[in-house]
Amino acid sequence: MKFGILVNEGPYQHQASDSAYLFCKAALAKGHEIQRVFFYHDGVNNSTRLTEPPQDDRNIVARWSKLGADHGVDLVVCVAAALRRGIKDENLAPGFRISGLGQLVESGIQADRLVVFGD
Amino acid sequence: MSEGTIKKFMFVNRTAPYGTVYALESLEVVLISAAFDQDVSLVFLGDGVWQLKKGQQTKAIETKNFSPTYRALEGYDIEKLYVEREALDARGLAEEDLIVDVTVLSSAEIGKLMEEQDVVLSF
Repeated sequence: MKFGILVNEGPYQHQASDSAYLFCKAALAKGHEIQRVFFYHDGVNNSTRLTEPPQDDRNIVARWSKLGADHGVDLVVCVAAALRRGIKDENLAPGFRISGLGQLVESGIQADRLVVFGD
Repeated sequence: MSEGTIKKFMFVNRTAPYGTVYALESLEVVLISAAFDQDVSLVFLGDGVWQLKKGQQTKAIETKNFSPTYRALEGYDIEKLYVEREALDARGLAEEDLIVDVTVLSSAEIGKLMEEQDVVLSF
């Protein structure tokens, strides 16, 4: 099955990003396709390379980057939500790209299921 | 999925208009979705019904009053607006307190409507 994923919450504050990541990993392991992960609302904060979590904690941003690199998952950050929150190309972590909300709607059209992770 | 696919998109609004940014940013997706010629509907549940309340004044909280945008939805051919009856009742609101024409449905009826959707986006 082809999944689209929407992440609406920031890292560490909320479990949404962790759950979305683990869902993606499990789906890929079962042979499903992740068509796109779209980051919206505070979810855009999952994409900043300035994140430096403590050594003994998971690195949520790096984990997404690795998922993108390992499986070619399209990681898209909403431009309007990103600019509001100080996320720009210059502080974007590897594998992410900034684009418009149309990418989210397109994901809903193209994927078999769009799964929302949020509050 | 081919280019001309039309899916049923439902935007579920559950939060008050101010206090968090969900309502404003969800309205932004709704407006974008209009450009994709999809079958779009909006549902207002729980505190989400406050988004449609007439007479919003936001000057004192230095936040933009975006409620007039709901009136513009019609111009984007987004005309299916559903409001949860139980949510209105619990908050002492009536249909005439809302800034746009809506269809008031029970929670159960909204549940049935949700079942018919291809994509449900909840904010």
